[in-house]
Amino acid sequence: MKRIASALVAGVATIGLTATAAVADETLDAVKERGELVCGVSTGLPGFSNPDEDGNWTGIDVDVCRAVAAAVLGDADAVKFIPLTAKERFTALQSGEIDVLSRNTTWTLTRDSSLGLNFTGTNYYDGQGFLVKKDLGVSSATELDGASVCIQSGTTTELNLADYFRFQGMEYSPVVFDTSDQTVQGFASGRCDVLTSDQSQLYALRTKLDDPDSAMVLPEVISKEPLGPVVRQGDDQWFNIVKWSLFAQINAEELGVTSDNIEEMKGSDNPSIKRLVGTEGDMGEKLGLTADWAANIIAQVGNYGEMFERNVGEDTPLQISRGLNALWTDGGIQYAPPIR
Amino acid sequence: MAEPAAFVPPRGPAFWRNPRVRAVAFQVVALVLVLWFFWTIFDNTMTNMESRGITTGFGFLDNTAGFGILFSLIPYDETNTYGRTFIVGLLNTLLVSGLGILFATIIGFILGVARLSPNWLIAKMALVYIEITRNIPLLLQIFFWYFAVLRTLPGPRQSLEFPLGSFLNNRGLYAPAPLVEPSFWAVVLTFFAAIAGAVALLRWAKKRQDATGQRFPAWPVSLAMVVGLPLALFWIIGAPVLWDMPELKGFNFKGGMRLIPEFIALWLALTLYTAAFIGEIVRSGIQAVSHGQTEASQALGLKRGQTLRLIVIPQALRVIIPPLTSQYLNLTKNSSLATAIGYPDLVSVFMGTTLNQTGQAVEIVAMTMAVYMTISLSISLFMNLYNRAVALKER
Repeated sequence: MKRIASALVAGVATIGLTATAAVADETLDAVKERGELVCGVSTGLPGFSNPDEDGNWTGIDVDVCRAVAAAVLGDADAVKFIPLTAKERFTALQSGEIDVLSRNTTWTLTRDSSLGLNFTGTNYYDGQGFLVKKDLGVSSATELDGASVCIQSGTTTELNLADYFRFQGMEYSPVVFDTSDQTVQGFASGRCDVLTSDQSQLYALRTKLDDPDSAMVLPEVISKEPLGPVVRQGDDQWFNIVKWSLFAQINAEELGVTSDNIEEMKGSDNPSIKRLVGTEGDMGEKLGLTADWAANIIAQVGNYGEMFERNVGEDTPLQISRGLNALWTDGGIQYAPPIR
Repeated sequence: MAEPAAFVPPRGPAFWRNPRVRAVAFQVVALVLVLWFFWTIFDNTMTNMESRGITTGFGFLDNTAGFGILFSLIPYDETNTYGRTFIVGLLNTLLVSGLGILFATIIGFILGVARLSPNWLIAKMALVYIEITRNIPLLLQIFFWYFAVLRTLPGPRQSLEFPLGSFLNNRGLYAPAPLVEPSFWAVVLTFFAAIAGAVALLRWAKKRQDATGQRFPAWPVSLAMVVGLPLALFWIIGAPVLWDMPELKGFNFKGGMRLIPEFIALWLALTLYTAAFIGEIVRSGIQAVSHGQTEASQALGLKRGQTLRLIVIPQALRVIIPPLTSQYLNLTKNSSLATAIGYPDLVSVFMGTTLNQTGQAVEIVAMTMAVYMTISLSISLFMNLYNRAVALKER
């Protein structure tokens, strides 16, 4: 099935790339005309992008898309989600099948420079880790010599894993699958000793095991994985919109503007808040949007902190603390340029 | 110089009314249009990729790959290039297709003959097998072998133990690997020499039988030669082979030879699925030989086996070979389903991981397509040559 999907995406890509060129500044108009944002997400990763029992997509990556839709169309629900495997994601974006890719994608130099794509920011700072069964009796990644490792194809994890084992002088055998569900199955059935992925994903995937307590995440973090939304190169206006949608959410948290108090905040005297919610200045206009673009995001999706707590925070099954993803004012590294 | 003789050709129709000129002209126009069409596509693709800042070209093949591959026939590690991942994937594809074709053919022929067996039980069992396997999608069969059969095997620490130091668990089948000393190659050499000798012997025996009618037990003698000579030498020079036994170390077995479950599942599914089709092809081929041929050969006093071997099969092959070629091509192309269970074939390694790490979809997809086309055309060519050899010679 996956093979057919990849073939289709590749086919679409080829056709898309052969069509006549006219890239610049067209995404915003296309989205407005369509009345809907098309957003590429994962095939199912709890906390990031995962359909719930009713088939609604939820997660922090999904909320990034909703925020863009709220800013552009004034309606956070006007999003069509396209589930993509790691292998398909870039081709889908390059070919114009999706407007934004928000699929726990690591920002790297190669991807930024040679794929014709631009990363717009980081909505989650992550690092790669290892999930092992407790009965294996391993307490550190340095004891994994000779292990079979389940891994998702086409990810930076695949490369980090090779680097790590080579550097440590250990051997391993990679068992590569297309989707994260398959890697969990492989791990659960004992095909591999270790499941490796970004740590946040490991916590999410652990909840998919029959007995989540039988597995544990090892303490080592072996890489930097800044995850963020991606757009096509060559459309700077669209690049700015996606970039500033996330910045607006982070600024809103810093300024204490939430989805609950947004209405009263519209009457605030603080000039920073006034510029954010659009009661002063022409910030929305500069982006090619309406004045209430950020107010729509905050009212319909919430600020960054709300988005985080709702999807992956302490009260969710994932139970991830803010850590690196706390605001810079709280000891984290989430920092947005000012809206002015 | 004299003027050339004033030869006035008979006035024919104008050149544009000449049917031959017209035929050529239209073909040239069509060819130009087709070339222009493909050139436009190519040129558009290049221009668009450049304007979108997508890297193009085949330079990536020399870059370090940096990822591991589960199973490789040639030495490979993370420091090798993307070009080498291509070779690794290609060899894995060829391995599973080659072994698949070999075993599918053997099982297929057995099935085809069994279908026509006068023994009711054997014929019906073959029928049931064929109807079940060829009517279930191949992908499901691969999943069946991989998830339902091989995944349920115990883990390495509870491995099933087989004789001769082999182990089976959900990581694969482990067997002792021979570590040969240089003198072992003498045995290998003897083996090939014995094969050559056996071929010569068979030819000589046939020639003698044709000439004098005397028979020589060439088959048993050559079999004894091929098996016996190398074995004898092997013992004489003192069994120059050490066995590397698989041993449980840490979480996994180390040492020995290993067949990974992904390979076993894919190979089983491809073989059993294609064998069902080949069985039907063989049956139809045998039935296409008129029954009069069998009766005639029996009237000549040939035994059942001889009738099948000398009369029926050679004539049936004419009918069997062309559709058999299609099945070989199908099997090779179906091997790309490997990616569904993570067997590192060309599609999974090269069109999967390599494509994703480099992002050069157009080049990689084109290369992969070219490879499958080359493999298919080679099989086709080879089978066509063979077909010509067995085809009915009308004199």
